[in-house]
Amino acid sequence: MAAPHSASRPLRSLVALGVLIIGLAVWAFFPNTEHNVKLGLDLQGGTQVILIPKPVQAGKEITDEQLQQTVTILRQRVDSLGVAEAEVTTQGSGAGAAIVVSVPGASPERLVDLVQRTALLDFRPVYTVLAPSASVAKGEVKGTKPVQAAALDTAFQKAVVALDCTNPASYSGGTPDDPTLWLGTCTKDGAAKYVLQPAFIKGTNVTSATAALPQNGVGWVVNLGFDSEGASALAEASTTLSKLPDCSTGGPSPCNAFAIVLDGIVSSAPRFNEPIIGGTAQIEGNFNAEAANDLANILKYGALPVTLEAVDITSVSATVGGDQLRAGIIAGLLGLGLVMIYLLLYYRVLGLVAIFSLVIAAGVTYLTFIVMSKSIGLTLTLAGVAGAIVAIGITADSFIVYFERIRDEMRDGRSFRQACESGWIRARRTLLAADFISLLAAVVLYMLSVGGVRGFAFVLGLTTVIDVVVAFLFTYPITVLLGRSRLLQAGSRWTGLDTQKPNKAGPIGVTETIASRRRKAKESQEEVSS
Amino acid sequence: MSRLTGLGQRLYNGKASFNIVGRRKTWYIVSSCILLVAIGSLLIRGLNLGIEFRGGADFSIPNATCSVEQARTVAETKTASQAIVTVSGNGTIRVQTEPISTAESTVLAKSLATTCGVSVDQIKIQVVGPSWGSEISKKALQGLVVFLILVALFMSIYFEWRMAAAGLIALAHDLIITVGLYSLFGLEVTPATVIGILTILGFSLYDTVVVFDKVKENTRNITGQSMLTYSEAANLAVNQTLVRSINTSIVALLPVLAIIIVGAGLLGASTLLDLAVALAVGMASGAYSSIFVATPFLVQLKEKQPAMIALSSRVHARRGQAAKKTGAAGDDSESSGQILTTLEDAGQRQQPKKLPRSKRPKNY
Repeated sequence: MAAPHSASRPLRSLVALGVLIIGLAVWAFFPNTEHNVKLGLDLQGGTQVILIPKPVQAGKEITDEQLQQTVTILRQRVDSLGVAEAEVTTQGSGAGAAIVVSVPGASPERLVDLVQRTALLDFRPVYTVLAPSASVAKGEVKGTKPVQAAALDTAFQKAVVALDCTNPASYSGGTPDDPTLWLGTCTKDGAAKYVLQPAFIKGTNVTSATAALPQNGVGWVVNLGFDSEGASALAEASTTLSKLPDCSTGGPSPCNAFAIVLDGIVSSAPRFNEPIIGGTAQIEGNFNAEAANDLANILKYGALPVTLEAVDITSVSATVGGDQLRAGIIAGLLGLGLVMIYLLLYYRVLGLVAIFSLVIAAGVTYLTFIVMSKSIGLTLTLAGVAGAIVAIGITADSFIVYFERIRDEMRDGRSFRQACESGWIRARRTLLAADFISLLAAVVLYMLSVGGVRGFAFVLGLTTVIDVVVAFLFTYPITVLLGRSRLLQAGSRWTGLDTQKPNKAGPIGVTETIASRRRKAKESQEEVSS
Repeated sequence: MSRLTGLGQRLYNGKASFNIVGRRKTWYIVSSCILLVAIGSLLIRGLNLGIEFRGGADFSIPNATCSVEQARTVAETKTASQAIVTVSGNGTIRVQTEPISTAESTVLAKSLATTCGVSVDQIKIQVVGPSWGSEISKKALQGLVVFLILVALFMSIYFEWRMAAAGLIALAHDLIITVGLYSLFGLEVTPATVIGILTILGFSLYDTVVVFDKVKENTRNITGQSMLTYSEAANLAVNQTLVRSINTSIVALLPVLAIIIVGAGLLGASTLLDLAVALAVGMASGAYSSIFVATPFLVQLKEKQPAMIALSSRVHARRGQAAKKTGAAGDDSESSGQILTTLEDAGQRQQPKKLPRSKRPKNY
């Protein structure tokens, strides 16, 4: 046994690592909490929408406050879907920000409906209702976009007639409309075409919207509350409109309905039965609970401070997600196995040290994933899994740098025991410099990227830090302890370091030390005497 | 294995030595040829950008029972535009269309599901707006610039500006080769590819840093002796880290190969596969460039320094004398032609003589 004072240092490192691991494990597997790594949608199935916010008026900057407001609104909308673990997050800030909405379980249609197409809301009096089909002169193209004009002129009328509401493209575009202009557009199911007057109430005037089932009513209704500006506009409009004849397809114009317009598409067109004075209104219709709730949500959260462009919609089924996860795990295990075999063949006993180091690094990484899932909501995506697999090689490289240094030191004539210490001092510097570059790359990638790149960068950065921790607290102390053990002190061939006896044949190297020169002298003496 | 160890041994003590730095012209020519092909291909063929950059919709239909032709017919009638349909090893049919709306994509997904005999929620759908690609590219480019500035700063402080310059040249070399290969073989560039290429940034420099650290160590106090020129010391460093470089590259490539094997075998085209291909190319190129590009380039920069020129002429003068001496004595001429001299001559280096502070050259 080595003297206690010299043995204390490596032991202390190992104890520190033990405490760290136990601490992480307790945190990760604390009873009555979640102890799974939270998986991204590409691994568990679901829909993810990446939205880029754009200012409502061109040329204005988006403030962080507006961004937060948008996220809050989106979160409420997504929560109304009633899916657990739905997530709305922002990435980046200011002009380069993106909003990522993820909902587990594949329901892309409803999610996109709620999130993408419900950005700008206004209320417009209906001028007339038309059949959804388009009629155009021969050779002309049917329209697929809502049309707007300052007045009900011939060009506008012609364009409205040419709009083809039977084509899905016409009612899915969701480009925000200008509330001060006339609008010719489709309903959101493509069942009818509306000619609408300029808006009388904007979405921002709505203060409350709730779905309710009245006691004596036949179906669900949506109750609306307005601010004072909205209330007076409503009173005025409803007084005028309720005197007009009922709306019907191809019927009178103007007529007594108003349209709730979302991003240029008519989402609902209720009639005014009577003037509404009090600033509250009730929308009746053949609603079921879901439809009433959706409409209420749209009304309540419809008026976002920004417009959103859905730039990437990905929908992955649970089976495909599971397959991707399995492939990732298999690739990871295969990669780990190959690296371990190589290290074992090349470094033998030291290879075992490297393998244990890798296993510990993998374990610490897994525990950290769980802890971070819990504490900061880390989700592991496929890109993250790829990052972890790539990290195997980079982590193993730290051990290679160290072991090659030990080998160098032994070639300079030091004993294995000495080489473990002196090699570390040199390897440590290289390792820190190289890992710093890796970490720098990861941090920069993380700060300046969106989507998959971010998950990858995070995992790569995390594993780089873990690599340093394991190298300092495990690989180095264990190697030093091995160096002190009798088994390896003589430079046994099992270290994989001894294939040629150093300097025997008279070196021409420039790195000869006094120690090696003395030993050479001694060896030659022995040869003479024997 | 043991042969590699034995080689490592001989490389370390200088018995076996590859004249890597001295033959830099050869490597420059090799690299220039590869770079020319890469750049030429980029200019002529351009890159095969995935839908994330062009905008469009992508449908992956696992276990499809329909033919490629059937899927294409459905996609082209529904979108009234060209569709690209491919089939991967595990029977997954992939349909890519021009940019379409979400509603259209839902309709098309339903038709494809019916045609191909799978349920609609089995299909992986991705719809990307045309502006997304420029957004990603812009961010990636920003990241690249910020990273390069930070790395240049770090390497200038930790090493010196010449090493930073040489490291960045090697990095540019790796990036161009990787991107060029994508262009040459028409591989699809997806965000995962971009991730892979950005990772190469870190990896290529990591390799270079390890080699440069050894160069730095070998050339400490180099002006205090007259045994080795800077090129020779740097060449020794490259040779000494050669085994490590080979080991590192193998160990780093093994997991990436595992991804490629598993990715191609089990998943068909996927994020994992795209990423791994970019990484494999970049890592191989990174290992090459840290040895054959970064160090020779560094040496070229260093040898321009007055102190290094002076050192070089001192070393050559000394070698000339030594050669004369051995020639006169009729001794074996082993040392005369060698880069490294024997230990008997190396006494100076054990205790380097420093010039007095006043007489030291400026860049000492």
